Amino acid sequence: MQRKVNVWTSIDWLTVTIYLILVIAGWLNIYAAVFDEEHKSILDISQSYGKQLIWIFAAFAIAIIILIIDSEFYSFFAYVVYGLLILLLISVLTMGKEVNGARSWFEIGSLRLQPAEFTKFATNLAVAKYLSTFHLKTYRIRTLIVVGILMIVPVGLIILQNDTGSALVYAAFIFVLYREGLSVGVLIVGFLLAVLFVLTLIASKISVLIGLLILGFLLFGIFRQRLREFIVAISIYVGLTIVLWILNEIFNYKTSMYNIYVASIVLSSIVYIVHIYKKKIAIGFWILGTLFISIGFTFSVDYFFNNVLEQHQQERISELLGVQSDPLGAGYNVNQSKIAIGSGGFFGKGFLQGTQTKYNFVPEQSTDFIFCTVGEEWGFLGTTFVIILFVFFLLRLIMLAERQRSTFSRVYGYGVVAIFFFHIVINIGMTIGLAPVIGIPLPFFSYGGSSLWAFTFLLFIFLRLDASRLELLR
Amino acid sequence: MKSFIEKKIVIGAIIVLIAFIYILRLFYLQVIDTKYKYSADNNVLRYETQYPARGLIYDRYGELMVFNEAAYDLMVIPRQINNLDTLDLCNVLKISIQDFREKLYKAKVYSRYKPSLFVKQLSNEDYAILQEKLHKYSGFFVQTRTLRAYLQKTAAHVLGYVGEVDDKIVSEKPYYKSGDYIGISGIEKSYEEILRGQKGVKIFMVDVHNRIKGSFANGELDTIPIVGKNIHLTISAKLQLLGEKLMNKKTGSIVAIEPSTGEILALVSSPSYDPNLLVGRVRSENYSKLNKDSIKPLFNRALMAKYPPGSIFKIVESLIGLEYGVINPNTGFACNKSLVNCHNHPTATNLTMAIQHSCNPYYFMVYNRIIQQGVSTNRFKDSEIGVARWSKSVKEFGLGQLLDIDLPGMKKGRIPDVDFYNRWYGEGRWAFSTIYSNGIGQGEVEIVPLQMANFTSVIANKGYYYTPHLIKKIENTDTIPSKYLKKNKVNVKPEYFDLVTNAMELVVEAGTARRAKIKDIPVCGKTGTAENPQGEDHSVFIAFAPRENPKIAIAVYVENAGFGGTWAAPIASLMIEQYLTDSISRPDLEKYVIDYK
Ligand SMILES: [Zn+2]
Repeated sequence: MQRKVNVWTSIDWLTVTIYLILVIAGWLNIYAAVFDEEHKSILDISQSYGKQLIWIFAAFAIAIIILIIDSEFYSFFAYVVYGLLILLLISVLTMGKEVNGARSWFEIGSLRLQPAEFTKFATNLAVAKYLSTFHLKTYRIRTLIVVGILMIVPVGLIILQNDTGSALVYAAFIFVLYREGLSVGVLIVGFLLAVLFVLTLIASKISVLIGLLILGFLLFGIFRQRLREFIVAISIYVGLTIVLWILNEIFNYKTSMYNIYVASIVLSSIVYIVHIYKKKIAIGFWILGTLFISIGFTFSVDYFFNNVLEQHQQERISELLGVQSDPLGAGYNVNQSKIAIGSGGFFGKGFLQGTQTKYNFVPEQSTDFIFCTVGEEWGFLGTTFVIILFVFFLLRLIMLAERQRSTFSRVYGYGVVAIFFFHIVINIGMTIGLAPVIGIPLPFFSYGGSSLWAFTFLLFIFLRLDASRLELLR
Repeated sequence: MKSFIEKKIVIGAIIVLIAFIYILRLFYLQVIDTKYKYSADNNVLRYETQYPARGLIYDRYGELMVFNEAAYDLMVIPRQINNLDTLDLCNVLKISIQDFREKLYKAKVYSRYKPSLFVKQLSNEDYAILQEKLHKYSGFFVQTRTLRAYLQKTAAHVLGYVGEVDDKIVSEKPYYKSGDYIGISGIEKSYEEILRGQKGVKIFMVDVHNRIKGSFANGELDTIPIVGKNIHLTISAKLQLLGEKLMNKKTGSIVAIEPSTGEILALVSSPSYDPNLLVGRVRSENYSKLNKDSIKPLFNRALMAKYPPGSIFKIVESLIGLEYGVINPNTGFACNKSLVNCHNHPTATNLTMAIQHSCNPYYFMVYNRIIQQGVSTNRFKDSEIGVARWSKSVKEFGLGQLLDIDLPGMKKGRIPDVDFYNRWYGEGRWAFSTIYSNGIGQGEVEIVPLQMANFTSVIANKGYYYTPHLIKKIENTDTIPSKYLKKNKVNVKPEYFDLVTNAMELVVEAGTARRAKIKDIPVCGKTGTAENPQGEDHSVFIAFAPRENPKIAIAVYVENAGFGGTWAAPIASLMIEQYLTDSISRPDLEKYVIDYK
């Protein structure tokens, strides 16, 4: 049974309408953000708003082409598209142009393309294709490993390009996995690890370590309810620490206190394990195991932060966590962003009347920090409107994803939701000081052809799949 | 696992929850919090960059060399100009209306919203008058800056200068904004990030009458500038000054190094210029004057001038010859002037005598043995093998190498290798007979003065050097870059250095450099007279002292001054004496050198 539907009647026009509103609102705000009295015409293509208009028309053309192509194409060629984009990522590393420390751009004449933007929809296609394989169980470790590899390849290449912001987007796929059967525990563990991550960065490694230990002892005490065991356990640990400290002083090894704490954890754990094993205390294993995993995590976060992340990335993360406020660095941008948004008040200063956004973020005013212009010129009314519009957009996409008959279309749909959600949350969050400044664009608003086109690809492939959802079961 | 809530509801709820949190946050920022509401009373915000004082520069004994003086820049924000009495402002600033319009146009082109520099470095008097009337000129304000000032007119090439950033720097380094200063050459460039500190920003609310209504948001969003760190150089200001005096009317260079650390004690390039010429308003005008000057005062000869080393290179050949075992301390060669010309001297029956009398035919033979060791029967091939090995050995001494000194712009010089000659003559078309002049430091060998001084350090240390550097201490830190703490070893046995050192002592005691002798201080040296096809020969001298535990190694190069013993040797001698005894016992010699010709 196979019948072709007419794309133009079965496409979800509501989503298309929201898309159009967002794109046009974005364009007007770019105009306002870089408004220049010398170049008043909004159509002036020497200015970024003029260029953006060209990108917008090109995006419309892309959308139409996507809709014309048969919906089976996307499923059939999912891996091919993925492979091509990976090749592009590799070649941009060697032949790309370096802009602001990131080698992630192809320059063709005056046009700059960023392959990392397009890899998002390609990876989404590949993941959807894989998860829709017949008889596949999402909760199997093997499945997760394959999905992990599908994501690690582009993530690794993007990090090599020095564009960590774009790489972090892939974390959003956890929602897709959750929807496809991963247990709710995954979400919770993810959340807890995030908290521990933040704590490691804010507080010193040593205090996190001590905190974890205390927590471990407390849990042990609560579950076992035996005061004597509890006191003995603590005494073993404290005693070992003191012995190690004295040894260190006597032999003058000059080891840090931190190493002493870790060493006594390891040594005392051996005693505990023996005890737990003898008495067969199941809960003890769980507590000890969790403790070890947490300590390992703390270690690796600390290592990652200090040895892997670049100076500017460290500063950006630290900034959000309030670890340090670098005068004219990242903290300065967020302060200016808050001033711009805050000064907008309830009704805003009016279209083109904003001044803050015009003189503070030269490099990022029309890209990463475009939401400031919305806040300054349109006030609380404007920002709320944009947020509600985005929420409406996302909920509509969830609805569309749920009504798919094929796993492929549903997984792809949730991927679209997850990617958009991540961008929106991080981008708006960073302008109001609630998320780290990791420099990813606000969908449809931020200036730039690559991101607009990539988001158009992402969305319209889904709309195309949705339009023919009744054609056949995949 | 069965969940009692549908997953789509969970995901939807998370989205709505975060949106709700964001809207609450926005409500707080935009409606409740009054901190950001400056525009209600028609106020505007003015961002004043707080420039930190640039770090001071001291010499090795803590004597101040570079400090700061206040300067005042008039800034403008075109958009905030309101009811301006242009004529009045022009009178205060002493500029024409035409000039005023041009400046304002430039500022508008840059940005209507951001402050631009309008008039830089107002005099104190102009600043006083302007301050009185500033409230009438909305959109204009004064920003305090600092300019470099120098206690002595010395060490211009070492210190370098500071100037405004250009568009290229602004686009590459986000820290710098148009109108900021940056170290452009010398130490000011090498240690820019340490010296500059970190800018701060103060945000003021300003009313329509250009009156400051107070700091914005109680200064919570201001950032405090961090003062630049002071640094101490390895230079001795006194020695440097003497060196510049001794090079009076001469062209060339003096480099003095402490061998045991690689610290540069003096780095003179002559002719030089007054560092005050490249400060402030007059900088660009003076710069182009200096740049056009035919004697090239901006050219740092100590690092950039490539010279034939002349006879001092015989020391290198001696050491390499001994190490290769192609000669021994008792090797003698006749002074055969048909090989290469020479002066009259007793026949060199051993190596010491050859160095003492600087015999050219002797080194023709030594170099011959180094290059043609008979490894191959084909003499072209044999020379190729010889040159490859020789070139590698010479480079170990830091010659023909970029030494990683903390000054920008050093040149490599040239120690020719096989590739070079193959490109120069073609493969298989050159042999020892083509390149023998290298043996006496002529030919294709070219060395910069810093390398000569560093090479002298290697002899003084009997086989190693620390990369020459100028940084002694950065305030509030206890270490200097680790690259300056690393020993660079040379593959020559210490006893060969002893032999060469003996000979070099004889050169000063009873050889070609008797003018370098200092009472009670054993000086070891070697003269050189580098042939110059363009004119008079160059005068060269390297030396270190005292013989045991040397404290100073020095290289002096005087262009077109003839025989090395005549000018270069006395200059080095006076420098050594000044550094070791802090006095000069031979004022006549000093006067003779300064008066020159
Ligand atoms: Zn001779």
